[in-house]
This record gives sequence, C-alpha cells and structure tokens, in this order.
Amino acid sequence: MTTFEQVIEDLGRVEPRDAMPDDYRATLIRQIAQHAHSEIIGMQPEGAWITRAPSLRRKAILLAKVQDEAGHGLYLYAAAETLGVDRADLLDALHTGRQKYSSIFNYPSLTWADVGTIGWLVDGAAIVNQVPLCRCSYGPYARAMVRICKEESFHQRQGFESLHALSHGTPEQHAMAQDALDRWWWPALMMFGPPDSASPNSERSTAWGIKRFSNDTLRQRFVDMTVPQAAVLGLRIPDDDLAWNEERGSWDFGEVDFAELAEVVAGRGPCNAERIAHKVRADAEGAWVREAADAYAASGGAR
Amino acid sequence: MSVLWEVFVRPRRGLAHAHVGSLHAADAETALRNARDVYTRRSEGVSLWVVPASMITASSPDEQDSFFEPAGDKVYRHPTFYEVPDAVDQM
Repeated sequence: MTTFEQVIEDLGRVEPRDAMPDDYRATLIRQIAQHAHSEIIGMQPEGAWITRAPSLRRKAILLAKVQDEAGHGLYLYAAAETLGVDRADLLDALHTGRQKYSSIFNYPSLTWADVGTIGWLVDGAAIVNQVPLCRCSYGPYARAMVRICKEESFHQRQGFESLHALSHGTPEQHAMAQDALDRWWWPALMMFGPPDSASPNSERSTAWGIKRFSNDTLRQRFVDMTVPQAAVLGLRIPDDDLAWNEERGSWDFGEVDFAELAEVVAGRGPCNAERIAHKVRADAEGAWVREAADAYAASGGAR
Repeated sequence: MSVLWEVFVRPRRGLAHAHVGSLHAADAETALRNARDVYTRRSEGVSLWVVPASMITASSPDEQDSFFEPAGDKVYRHPTFYEVPDAVDQM
C-alpha cells in the first residue's frame, strides 16, 4: 500500500479518501476555506462598481469577472468538502470571524480606476500565488487551481486594459489611475503574506508539498513582473527605493509595512466590518431562496 | 435539504463525460442549472451529467493493492509481451 509519506516524496497527489495526517488535513481545510472565502468576499470591492461602469462593454466584462469570483469560491468550497467538512460550517466560520480571508479585500474601491487596478495588481498577485498551487499535493485543490488560473488571466488583462485606457486618457483620468496605483501597490505586496523570517507554518507546508515557493520569493517575482508593466501604463510605482539590481537581476524595493498587514489581518483594516456585515446580510436575504428550493424538492416537484 | 452532486462534463461530441467537481443543490434540475453556471461558463461542454454523490459506490484506497492485484501478474494481456520476428513489418 502506498503511504502518505511515499506520495509526498514522489511529488504525487493525495486524494480524498487516502489516509493522511490530521495536521495535513487541518492545514488544507484552513487554507482552502480561507482561499474560498477570499474569492467570495473579493466580489464586493468590484461588485460595488457594476452599476456605475462607464460603458456597457465594461459592465458586461465586470459582471463576468465578478461571476467568475463566485465560481472560484464554489470550486474551492467543493474542494474543502472532500476533506470531510460541511460548507455551512465554513460559512459560519467566515461570518463569525473564526476563519479569515485575504487582507487585500479590506481596502475600499473609491474610484473607477480602482476596478482596473484590482484586476491588474490584485489578480496579478493572485496568479503569482496560485500558479504553484496547481501542483499542490492535494489533488482536489490542485485541480480547482488549474481551473481558476485559466480564468484569472482574463481578470488581469481586462484590468490592465481598463487602466491603460485611463492612464492614456485625459489628465484627470491619468491622475485617477495614478491615485489608484498609489493606494493599491503596498496592499498588493502584502498579499504574499509575512516575510519568510516571520512565517511560522511555511516550512511544514513546504515539506507537505502544499507550498512550493516562499512568500518573499513570490513577492519578488511579482515586483519583477509588474515594474515593466507600470512603465507601459505610464504610471509611477509609489516606492522611492525601487531600483534595478544588476547583480541580482531583480528589482530592489522598499520595506513593506507588515505592521499594517497584521492590523488588517487582526480585523482592524478600513473595511473589515463592512465586508462581513455585507456578506452576512446577503446570506440572510438569500435564505428564502434556499428554503423555497428545498420545499420544492421535498414536494417532488409538484406545483 | 441541499445535497451534494458530482458533475460530469462531455467537452465535445465524441468524448466521454469526465468528472469536473461537485456542487450543492436541492433537486436534480437545479443541480443541472448550477452545474452549467459553475462549470461551463466558457463553453467547456456540450453535455452535463449530475449524480447525487451518495449514489456513487467507490473502491477503497485502503484495498487498492489487493483490489487491483489480479491484473498485476497478467502481462500477457499486453501486446508488448509477444515477440514478433523482424521479418514482420507491422503488427
């Protein structure tokens, strides 16, 4: 019989009914649930702009993007459920604050330029984080990530295109784009988590094949990819320490404010309370739909 | 009560339905509509099956070795088991 340790050593995949250590299962449940919650809460900053999109084209694109985020949340809840948890319990953990979601969604989307910036930077950072997860050791999570990564590429491109239109528009539109970049740049870098020196669970997750690259490695990869893109947009990255390092073949960048990240994760970001209140309200207001569907099913489809 | 359904998609005519994931729904018709919205937003399929997860009987990973063992020692079921003289060009 193939043991868990052998599967991990061979870079194989662990499947739902395989024997696995309790800590491996618990770590995955926490990570996949947090990932699912992020997709669901992540609908809010952009969803707020659907009714105010500047054209029918942009509105249709934004609707499709936000619908994708809902879909990503559903793939991930389904993946978490293969580990023996109940979806209702995961949602309850989100609503009561026992489980987290990505800190990035606790920042407000103040202008239309924020929508493009979120697609470009937030989805761009998500791609850098998520591509290695397509090779994660837990089969259902890896398979969900393959689907998600295919769709994220559209998200990033539509954001970049939208922001490009603004940055090459009127001086006011350019200023709006620059303002959005100024506000989202540092929170986007925080999406990669605490520095390696302060990331206590990383080592074990790496040993288990859940994590393939360190937080700082992925953060650097994102900076290196994004700096040239900002130049194409004609926007300035708000970091005075940003400089090309010939020796490393990478961009040096300034200190990320990890104290701010800790504050937001602890629930004291600009929009934490608002995001959860909105989610709880949406859940309550949708309860009658689920009850009606159950009643219809219980009646055997009789009208 | 909302139950778990397994979703199978036929990517195009000529291919078999393949498992793509699962979802929750109260009844079969709703499950089918949800499956369309969750798993085929980009024309990934031309046909969908939804099956209540509770209706699937699966082999156990614990018994994997013994369960599939009967095929292990029957190498003569593969064409490569047989030697064909060089004079035979293709077989």
